[in-house]
Formats: sequence, structure tokens, C-alpha cells
Amino acid sequence: MKGITKSFPGVLATDHVDFDIRSGEIHALLGENGAGKTTLMNILFGLYQAEEGEIYVDGRRVIINSPKDAINLGIGMVHQLFRLIPSLTVAENTVLGLRSSRRPFLDLDVAGKKITELSERYGLKVDPKAKLWQVSVGEQQRVEILKALYRGAKVLIMDEPTSVLTPQEVSELMGIMKKMAADGLAVIPFVTHKLREVMAISDRITVMRRGKVVATMRTQDTNEKDLAMKMVGRMVLFETETVRIPSERVVLQLDKLRAINDKGLPALEDVSLSIGEGEILGIAGVAGNGQTELAEVITGLRRASEGRILINGREITNKSTREIIEAGIGHAPEKRMETGVVPDLSVRENLILTNYNDQSLSSRFLLDRISIDRHVDKLIADFGIMTPGKDSQVRLLSGGNLQRLILAREVTRKNLSVLVTVCPTRGLDVGATEFIRNTLVSLKKKGVAILLISEDLDEILSLSDRVAVIFKGRIIDVVPTNEAKIDEIGLMMAGAVKTAE
Amino acid sequence: MVQDIIVGFLSTSIAVGTSLLLGAIGEIFAERSGVMNLGVEGMMIMGALSGFLTLTLTNDPWIATLVATLVGGVMSLIHAVLSVTLRANQILSGLALTMFGVGVSGTLGRSLLGVSAKGLPVVPIPVLSEIPYIGPILFQHDPITYISYIAVPVAWVVLFKTEFGLTVRAVGEDPGVADSLGINVYRTRYVCIFIGGLLSGLAGAFLSVAYARMWIEGMTAGRGWIVIVITIFSMWNPVRAVVGAFLFGGVTTLSFIFQGLGVGIPAEVLLMMPYLFTIAVLLVVSQEAVRKRISAPTSMYKPYVRGER
Amino acid sequence: MGLVVKFGSIEIEFRKRATRPRYLAYLVPFVAVIVALLVGSVLLLSEGVDPLTAYLALFNTAFGNPYSLSETIVKAIPLMLAALGTAITFLAGFWNIGAEGQLQMGALAATWVTLTFSGLPSFVIIPWTMFVAFAVGGVWGMIPAFFKVKLGMDEILTTLMMNYVAILAVTYFIYGPWRDPAAYGNPRTQLVAESARIPAILGTRIHLTLFVAIGIAVLLYWVLRRTKFGLEIRIIGGNKDAAKYAGINLFKNLLLVTLVGGGIAALAGMGEVSGLYYCLPKSFSPGYGYTAVVVAWLARLNPLAIPVSAFLFGGLLNGGYGIQMVFAVPIALVNAIQALVLFFVLALSIFYEYNIIVRRRR
Repeated sequence: MKGITKSFPGVLATDHVDFDIRSGEIHALLGENGAGKTTLMNILFGLYQAEEGEIYVDGRRVIINSPKDAINLGIGMVHQLFRLIPSLTVAENTVLGLRSSRRPFLDLDVAGKKITELSERYGLKVDPKAKLWQVSVGEQQRVEILKALYRGAKVLIMDEPTSVLTPQEVSELMGIMKKMAADGLAVIPFVTHKLREVMAISDRITVMRRGKVVATMRTQDTNEKDLAMKMVGRMVLFETETVRIPSERVVLQLDKLRAINDKGLPALEDVSLSIGEGEILGIAGVAGNGQTELAEVITGLRRASEGRILINGREITNKSTREIIEAGIGHAPEKRMETGVVPDLSVRENLILTNYNDQSLSSRFLLDRISIDRHVDKLIADFGIMTPGKDSQVRLLSGGNLQRLILAREVTRKNLSVLVTVCPTRGLDVGATEFIRNTLVSLKKKGVAILLISEDLDEILSLSDRVAVIFKGRIIDVVPTNEAKIDEIGLMMAGAVKTAE
Repeated sequence: MVQDIIVGFLSTSIAVGTSLLLGAIGEIFAERSGVMNLGVEGMMIMGALSGFLTLTLTNDPWIATLVATLVGGVMSLIHAVLSVTLRANQILSGLALTMFGVGVSGTLGRSLLGVSAKGLPVVPIPVLSEIPYIGPILFQHDPITYISYIAVPVAWVVLFKTEFGLTVRAVGEDPGVADSLGINVYRTRYVCIFIGGLLSGLAGAFLSVAYARMWIEGMTAGRGWIVIVITIFSMWNPVRAVVGAFLFGGVTTLSFIFQGLGVGIPAEVLLMMPYLFTIAVLLVVSQEAVRKRISAPTSMYKPYVRGER
Repeated sequence: MGLVVKFGSIEIEFRKRATRPRYLAYLVPFVAVIVALLVGSVLLLSEGVDPLTAYLALFNTAFGNPYSLSETIVKAIPLMLAALGTAITFLAGFWNIGAEGQLQMGALAATWVTLTFSGLPSFVIIPWTMFVAFAVGGVWGMIPAFFKVKLGMDEILTTLMMNYVAILAVTYFIYGPWRDPAAYGNPRTQLVAESARIPAILGTRIHLTLFVAIGIAVLLYWVLRRTKFGLEIRIIGGNKDAAKYAGINLFKNLLLVTLVGGGIAALAGMGEVSGLYYCLPKSFSPGYGYTAVVVAWLARLNPLAIPVSAFLFGGLLNGGYGIQMVFAVPIALVNAIQALVLFFVLALSIFYEYNIIVRRRR
């Protein structure tokens, strides 16, 4: 790829970027969100079209206008959020969009055979007949990879391939990647910050920042610190200082909680936890092991079938969300745009979404416009929310600003005792991430208890006072962070360790 | 004597249900691809009008049926352009289509009121219609009803056993995924909406050319809405739609019978039966859907946009 | 890059906007109406009618002189009320197409009150009629909401079906128990007592319900912007999940909004009975409830814009009736034009989100 330039309304995403990869090579692409690597790969895969620049495959100039073109050229993409359809089978998902050999009828049995062949070649275990919603996350990723291989991919782009895997699954994946490279395939994993993994697996690394290529080098010529500096342009502290506050007073207590998920299966089993004043409790675990349901049960968005939740000694189990909010629980949800805000309403209205009932902002029926405006102006200033104006729609805000808005709203609530925050820095660039983490730390200093649920183990370890590992809805163990060992935690996350009693 | 009544009842139920079945199969395709088309009522009535109009002009019922079908298809394209390409609100676009169809048919149909013509005759199928009981019920109908018989298995096979069907189902569940695999989401939806339009037009033709053999203003009388209910009831499966169409055909026939018999109930209440029955069916289906965790194609109502931040 | 449509060598691109210009809110409805009329002229031509003459006559009958204007306003009153009731439920994300049924039930209720309580003096019976009509329409409107929240039933179909039921119920009463034997060719109920009739502006048929309608429009606007309830409604309509997250009680709010919406629409029916016809005639509503959907949407669900939109459609209806005789064009044409307006409002709405760039390809 040469001189690739692409812009979106108001933003220059990639600026004359050059990138190349050879067959049999694993060439990692590194950069924060907004650095342009996602855009670059999307251009390679035909999802976007560059305004300037050329792409060459095997020395020939090519034009990639759509994923179809990319696939025809042997370029395949494995997405972070799997592009799979739950109600269809593995085989159906694999052949979707391809010409069947028995046109117009489907040829799923033929496909099944080819799938099995490929899976044996590279060690990708799957069952062609299984319906996708019944299958594990790791297997789903294997289906994603198979989809690309089935279509004859010679170049495999992998978007944050390890973000949903346990440490054991990660090494399995690395084995698979090495096998593919040995077979002559080229792999481009691109990531935000899994520096250790990138160092372990790749042959070359390219770092991007603010739409430009900062450096392309052989992995053996660099190290993690060097990479981080290139990514951000300044020395980044890998560990934010954890201020330990001795917390005697228990603020939030969960007692033998049980809950069912949307499929009717148990999501939480016998969960007991407690968080003290000014403490950050991190919940570590691979996505899909009950974290979402845990957050929902505490914030009143899901029923607990058994057990109790107490805040400051008061029971709030299965009470209405309104009561729970008034009892002092704040929630910065995982899906910011889908759950945390009303996209078509204004910034002003979204900043009072959870506390418009507050006496200082409204009376029994009426909203107090003047107080609200004052409050909103202060929040926008204090939290650095970049927006054209109070009245502009929240839909237009970027991810970082959206999260600033949500946190601004939750964190400044008067009676806040507990903050439940899920994946607070997912998809955010380093600047916003630092700001969010600092906000959490200053919140902790004020004595608020924080339940931190995140897929980013580094984040949990650097912020939390204690870490709880969740696996299949059970809390395996809770350890103080300064005594935690990463490999033990990894094993717990993968379910290899029985619940500590 | 009683057997005759039952046979007559079942046979009429099927006849009455034909337009419902055809409409439902068409709507199943549209909704499976993720677009709800509330314009069925409008397309059906325009089908009825254009079919009958063509009949009076050409005296050829087959051409009339063909024209009606095409008119339905063309009308559906309006909805397709609005909701797929222009990303407009599907609910309102469909409603507008119905209002348009009702309005235009009322305007253009004025001159056809009271005219009657020779439409499609009842064609008993040679050997099969002789079978006792089943014969008269199933095999003594007009050609369009027979078409609806064939349409069901054809639709089922297309939806579940062909490449196109897989594409449609994928587009309906997650157009983003389908798009990333090179499927043209817009084209798929256009095709499915068009199929829905054709079948609605055909359903309308049935009413004016085969069934009633005349034109009455507003002759669809809400059948289009019942088609939509049947679509939901069928869980988007053509085979189950047969049950729904037959059921509603039966209820409507019952209300005719009761009216004819002069049972003490006021005519208006009897006329309410199909509509109340609809609400009851919706009730039952919602319960069932919750239990079985079956739901509408996930992407319904949402316009699809690609490549945006 | 967004959607690109190609016509030969010309390329039209839809690019997502960063901000939304204010003038669009006025331009889009205006253009939609004009284009709809243009397309409608095609329909006229097919009926052998010269569109220019027909439209001029329509315009004249609708707005040409004080009498026309007053008649247009008369038609606008029920449209206003039905549209206000519809709009507020739409804002809550509830697709209530039941305004027609609600106004029929309102008319029914009003007839019942005036027939049953005929002895009472004006200042008692008129408010009482309004109250009962509002209550009945409100309950009628709440039923589909109840079904939706408790059973997940799609409200579009339930409200529609209930429309048919309401119309049939009204028909029953007109031909049955409340029939006025004195009316020959024109089936209707018995006349409303003198004291129960809403007075009209002198010299016209504009009944004072107009001021109730305008008052409600202003009130709704204020409620939506200044009250907690209004904010909650807009949150629910904007993002249901966020509403749950914020602790808003969906059930209570939805029931309340459909009660109010149904009640307001019912007042439309009541107005026709007590203020215009002084009885309940057959087919008194040429689909006001359905037109109301277009009225509301054209006004972008803004209560203050609805009276203007209603006035426009009242004129269309009035003019349509007027030219029926002269040009032998049935009133159904008006329905077609209304639908066209909705089509074009929907089609042009894409401009709110996207800018159009036309390019010539090399």
C-alpha cells in the first residue's frame, strides 16, 4: 500500500501511509485508536476507499472497491467483533455470500467437508453443523478465521485477535498463526496495546500515530518501551499509582447472587463480593462469563433470582432502577451510545439523564432551566467534553467525549456511593484513557467504591486494589493486586482453577 | 346435509384465505430481509383495481392477473426506494403506500363501480376433485388459489434450501455481516420487497378477477393488515402461514355465515370478528414468541448504512 | 464515503452531515407539499382533468374567500386534535395509528352524554361531555399500550384493528338504538340538545373547540420542553434502553402518554358531534385519524407547527370536496395527494442527515 490518504467529515484518518507485507510473514500494526490503523486495514479490505494512493498485490496495481474485490485478491479479514450470524450454522456462516456448487441450491455437505479439511490443516477445531449461538467464543473466532481461509485468503488481517481470549487461548492462537505463516500465508494482526504479544509473535512491526506511519522495523530491533514511546510520542506511565486507602466500611455487598441470562441459562452463581469505601474492585474475566449480567443485576437492569445486594447496609435487591440510582449507585455502561445516552437528544439533556430528579435541578414537575444550564456548563468545562454546543446532538460526539460525558454525569452525582463502570476505556485513545483513569482515581480518593469490570487485564491490575476473577458466573477468587500473579489469574480466567473456598 | 355445510365452509375458507396466503408469503420475504412493508393493503387494492380494469378492457382474465401482479410489484418499489435507499422510516413509508393505493384506486375506480365481468372461472382439477370430501374442499377452486398452493412449498424451498434464501435470512438478521461478505444488502432487500409486491398484487387480482368478479371501493377491507398479522403468526415460515391464512379465512367465512343466518347478533358485531380475532391471535403469538424465543428478523425497521463512523 | 448512486457519467454521493442546518426544517416540508401537488396533477390528467384549473379551483375553495377560510378551519379542528394526540405518542416511540378509532369513540361518548344528560345547563354539560370523551378515548388509546408493555404486542396492528372495531361500533349505534327516524337519506343519530351544543364564531361554523385545540397545542409544547414528564417521554422515544438505564418507568409513562394522546384525539370526534353536526352522522370522518398521521409528520411532531400543518390539510380536504362536483373527481384523490405528501416528506428527510454532492465522473 502506498501513499494511502483517507478522510472522514472533519478528520484526516490516514495521511500518505505506506505499508507492505511479504508472504510467510507476521507483520503487526500498532497504534492507538484514532491512529488510523483500523482505517488503513479497512481500506485494504475494501470497506472504505482511499482518496489518494495505490495498492499493489504481487507487484500488480489493484483497485479494491469492496470486500468482494479484496477477497478475490486473497485478502481476508478476521474482525474483533465477529461478523457471524447466531441463528445460522457454522457451515452456513462459512459459505454465506459464496457461489454454491449446486446453484441455486445450497451444498452444505460439500462445504462441511472442505471446512473439516482446513480445520485439520491449521488446528482450528469446529463443528460445521452446530448453530452459532450454541458455540463458544474461542470456536467462533476459529469460524471467523476459517471463513477467510475458505475463501482462499493468502493475506489475513486480524483485528485485535486476542481481546476476547483467555491467556491459554491466546497461545493457542499464536500457534495457529505460526502454522499459517509457515504455510506461506501472511498475517497482519493489528492491535492497540498488546505490546507483549506483538513482540512475541511478529516478524516486523509498523507503528502509526495520528494517521501517519511513525516507524516500520523488524521486531528483533525494538522493545516494548520503544514501541510505546513511538505510539504515543511521549513516555507513558504503564502503571498509574494506586492510592491505597484502608477501607473498613463496606459500601457495596453482594450476597450469594444468582441470575439468569437472556438465553435462560444461569449467568451468575453464588456470587458474593464486598467493596469498601474508596476501594476499587476489579472484575477480571473473558467476556461472556457473567460480567455483563453482574453489572445489570447491581444496577437494576436484570432480576436476581436469589441472593441480596446491599448498599451502605440497605437492601436494594431487585428494586427498581430509579430506587437504585437514588440509593447512590452510578453506572457507566459498556455500550455507551446504545445504553448510556439518548443519541438524538442534546448534550445538555444527556448530562442530566440520570439526575434530572435532583432537587437542585428540578421541582416536582418542572425542570429548572437556569440551574440545569449552569450545571451543564460546569460539567462541560471540568471534564473537557468537546462539543459544538450544549444543544447539539450527542450522536455527533466521538467515543472519548461520549465517555467523558457519561462519567461527568455519574461521577458528579451528589449521593454517589458506588460506581459500576464497565470497559471504561475500550476503544479510546491514550489521552482519553489517561483522563478516565485519573477521574476514577480521584473518585476513589473521595471515598466512592468502584466496581471496575474490564476485559483489559492490564487496566484492572493497574487501577484496582483487589481483583476478583469471574468464570462461568462464579467468582473463582479475590486477591489483593499487589499479591496477584498474572499467570495464576490467567488460569483462573480460563477456568482451570476451582473456586477458592 | 351437515357434511355439505362443513365441506362448503372449509372450501370457502380456503378461497377467502387465498389472498391472505399470497400476501403473507410475499410479506414473509420482505420481512425476512429486514423490511416491514405496511403497504400490503394499498398494493392489494391497486392489484384488485388494475386487474379488474384490465379485465374490462381486454376481456382476458390472465392478462388482467398479470397486470395486477406487476402493478403490485411496481408499487412496492416506491416503498423500497424510500426505506432502503433513502433510509426513511419504514412504518410511515408503508402506511403512505397504503394510503396512496387506497386513494388512487378510489379515484380511478369510480368508473368501474357496478360493472361486472367474466373473470377467472373455477377450474376443478380432473381426478383429484372427485375424492370425497377432500376433493371439493381443496381441488375445486380457481387457478389463483392453485397458484397459492404451489407458492408455499416453492417459497419454503427458496428460503431454506437455496443460496438466495440463505442470503435473505442473513441480510435480515445482520446486514452488516452480510455486507462484509460481499452480499449486496440493498439489492437483496429490493428483490424481496418486489416479491412481496408481486404477490400482493396477485392477491388483489384474486379478489376482483376470480373471487368477487367486480370492483367495490375499498374491497380489501383491511385484508392487508391481516396479512401482516399472519406473517407474524407464521413466525416467518411459509408453511405455517398456511395455517394462519386458513384460520382467518375460516373466521371471515363464519362471520358471513352468521350474517346470512340472521343470528340475533347485530351485523356490525359480526363484521368485527376478523379484527378482534386478529388481536387475539397477536396475543397468543406474543406469548409464544416469548416462550420459544423466536423473534422477528433482527434487522427489521432499521435502515442499513455502510461505511460510516 | 456514503452511498453513491450512478447515472451514466454523473455520480451522486450521499455524505453524512456533521451538523444540521436549521433552514431544512422549513424547507423540506414546503418542497414536499409542492412536489406532491405536482405529482398529483398526473393523476388528475389521467382522469381527463386539467390540473391547473383543478388546482386553482381547489385553492379557491380552500382559501379564496372568508367563507372558504372558515370552512377550512372547520376541517382543521379535528385534524389538529387528532394530530396532536398522534404526535405525542409518536414522540414516545409508540406508533399509535389509532387516532381514527379514538376520535370515533370520542364522538360516540359525546353522543351518549348529550343524549343521556340532555337536561343539564350548558356550563355543566359541555365540560362534562369533554371529560367523558377524553376519558373514553384515553382508555381506548391505552389498551394497545397495555398490550405492548405486558405482552410485547406490536402497537401498529392493534391500534389499526381497534380502528375498524370502533368504526363498526359507531355504525351500529347510528343504525340501531340511537337512530333518528326523522333523518331520511342521511343516517344519523338523534340531534344533540341545544344546551349541549358548542357555540360557534358568529356567522361561521367554526366552533370554539378550535381554541381548545390551540390551547392544547401550546400546552403540549410547554410540557415537552419544560416538564420532567416531557423529558421522560422524549427519552423513552429516543432510546428505550437508555430510558431503562436512567430508571424511567416505561410502563407508567407509556400508559400516561397514550391516555393523553387518545383523549386528545377523542376530543376531535367530540368536537364534530357537539360543535359541528350537532349529531353523529354516518361517515363523519373522512379518515381524519389517518390524515392526522401525515399532518403530525409534516409538522415534525412539533405541537406548535401542527395547527399550521392541520390548516394546510384542512384546505386540501375542503378544496377537494369543493371540486368534486365540478370536475367529477372523487374525494379519494385527496387521500392520494396526502399520501404523496408523506412520501415526499419521507424521501426528502434524507437531507437532514446527508448532504448531496453531484459529480461528473471521468
